[in-house]
Amino acid sequence: MALLEIRNLRVEFDTAAGPFRALDGVDYTVEGGEVLAIVGESGSGKSVAMLAVMGLLPESATVSADLMAFEGIDLRTMPAAERRKVIGKDIAMIFQEPIASLNPCFTIGFQLDEVLKAHTSLSRKARKDRVIELLESVGIPDPLRRVSAFPHQMSGGQCQRVMIAIATACEPKLLIADEPTTALDVTIQKQILDLLTDMQRDTGMGLIMITHDMGVVAETADRVVVQYKGKQMETADVLTLFENPSHPYTKALLSALPENATGDRLPTVADYEAMMQADVREVQP
Amino acid sequence: MFRFLIGRLALLVPTFLGVTIVAFGFIRLLPGDPVLLLAGERGITEERYNQLMEQFGFSRPIWEQYFDYLVGLLQGDLGISIVTKKPVVTEFFTLFPATAELALCAIILAVAIGIPAGILAAVKRGSFFDQTIMGTALIGYSMPIFWWGLLLIILFSGILQWTPVSGRISLMFYFPQPTGFMLIDSLLSGQKGAFTSAVRHLILPAIVLATIPLAVIARQTRSAMLEVLGEDYVRTARAKGLTPFRVVGMHALRNALIPVITTIGLQVGVLLAGAILTETIFSWPGIGKWMVDSIARRDYPVVQGGLLMIAAIVMVVNLTVDLLYGLVNPRIRHN
Ligand SMILES: Nc1ncnc2c1ncn2[C@@H]1O[C@H](COP(=O)(O)OP(=O)(O)OP(=O)(O)O)[C@@H](O)[C@H]1O
Ligand SMILES: [Mg+2]
Repeated sequence: MALLEIRNLRVEFDTAAGPFRALDGVDYTVEGGEVLAIVGESGSGKSVAMLAVMGLLPESATVSADLMAFEGIDLRTMPAAERRKVIGKDIAMIFQEPIASLNPCFTIGFQLDEVLKAHTSLSRKARKDRVIELLESVGIPDPLRRVSAFPHQMSGGQCQRVMIAIATACEPKLLIADEPTTALDVTIQKQILDLLTDMQRDTGMGLIMITHDMGVVAETADRVVVQYKGKQMETADVLTLFENPSHPYTKALLSALPENATGDRLPTVADYEAMMQADVREVQP
Repeated sequence: MFRFLIGRLALLVPTFLGVTIVAFGFIRLLPGDPVLLLAGERGITEERYNQLMEQFGFSRPIWEQYFDYLVGLLQGDLGISIVTKKPVVTEFFTLFPATAELALCAIILAVAIGIPAGILAAVKRGSFFDQTIMGTALIGYSMPIFWWGLLLIILFSGILQWTPVSGRISLMFYFPQPTGFMLIDSLLSGQKGAFTSAVRHLILPAIVLATIPLAVIARQTRSAMLEVLGEDYVRTARAKGLTPFRVVGMHALRNALIPVITTIGLQVGVLLAGAILTETIFSWPGIGKWMVDSIARRDYPVVQGGLLMIAAIVMVVNLTVDLLYGLVNPRIRHN
């Protein structure tokens, strides 16, 4: 049984300009211990898909699917209170903007302790120790002092480490990382990615990594889903995808990697969009 | 934080000086003078008039009078009432508890109803409930206090006869007032029915005085809440699997309260201004009514001194709120 199995997911937003379909029939499967990368340009519905899994979409969104199961149990039919026991505990998520994702009014110790309080029966004392341990495990220096720091007193990279500590506090079976490094400095990006992949390897949790960056995909993923404008273009394991991309859009993404540069400028996705349209025209009689 | 405090304190000096000029000038701009009004309908001879004006010091040049007023102020002396011959400071502190009790009850009422109403309206944005609350708030905000007070008196005191029309407590009761707060003193007195009587006297004026701050606080809470509910950290709180009650009542509210606290602080000025009308409508023996009566009698020292004391209270409260703002907002506290 797959850890997460989603069939034919559709999400529609009720907007002032009428209904907008952000996601149109995508499938995701994540096995335990597997790293799935979801790639695609901005607006392709990567975040929306994962927020749908977490049940975090606003009321203006209508979610439908043939199946949306976590460990075989359909998330959609779960009562809200039951689903809250899974969210934050067995499925956790970290986001793109680490500083904004932490509450400015509470210390990071408090924000960490809160998840433990919600999902475990640990005593106050045991939780306190666990908080320190978690901060240590994500590489926060001097955790005993840092527990009482506020988010604005820390850097973006450190905030993302705290977010990872919060997400992994209850040893989730699936961690969803939505562009966890996009907002960070290049040097920090690598550290955070290494931290995530190390933790994934150590704990054997499933990891969904949302990214724009084919370099990240190559380094971390087992399997890849390529999305474009709310539709799924291609699903393949990472080797197949890099060696033998079947979809023109995937080719476009791959050739945007620096090592594939030809001439004096990098090819961009826009170049290939034009190409794809040409492809389509060729196919049509 | 310390520098911030020094800066605010330094700003108080020119503000206070401005208030003295306004307080001193305002009452003298009104036609008539205290001696004429003291004499009343009997009239007064010119000779006696000049003699009294001399005696009160009102015939001296205006800048000399202002200078004397300032010198007195620096020594903590607000002068003596022309009408009652008692020191203005003494009168102020005798009457102030009545106003403080009324204003305190009003602000508690406004906060206790306004904040939950604003939260609910924001959470159920666009619903019938939201529209009803915000519609009511708009009406409350626009309602002239005088008219609203009279309306309540007609209904509850006149038609239903549930509440008395004036005063702080029924004349049946007499007891010492160690705190000056009738609700507390009536309880301390141990007299049967005294507390109930105090509550029944207080309830209508408190509602009237609370109306505008209540509307303002509800609207401010709603808009602050709406803004905060869209923030990333609220999504994080939900992603932790916390209950909606904790997400809204803790993660969102704590942030939304920061601007709301400023608003509540600003309502203190509104309350004291409102107290002037409310106390007059309900014959509530506080400083508001005292001011109105003294203006009518052109009791220069009382008006000058009373306005100054009211301004001082507003300034102190606003300063406290600014400090409180630093306390609830970690981002300011650490800068
Ligand atoms: N609350 C919402 N209301 C209306 N439309 C929305 C909402 N959230 C997302 N969308 C739309 O859904 C589409 C997919 O958005 P999504 O955030 O999933 O993109 P993404 O692939 O994560 O992009 P990025 O790489 O920029 O994060 C976009 O066109 C976006 O405008
Ligand atoms: Mg996104």
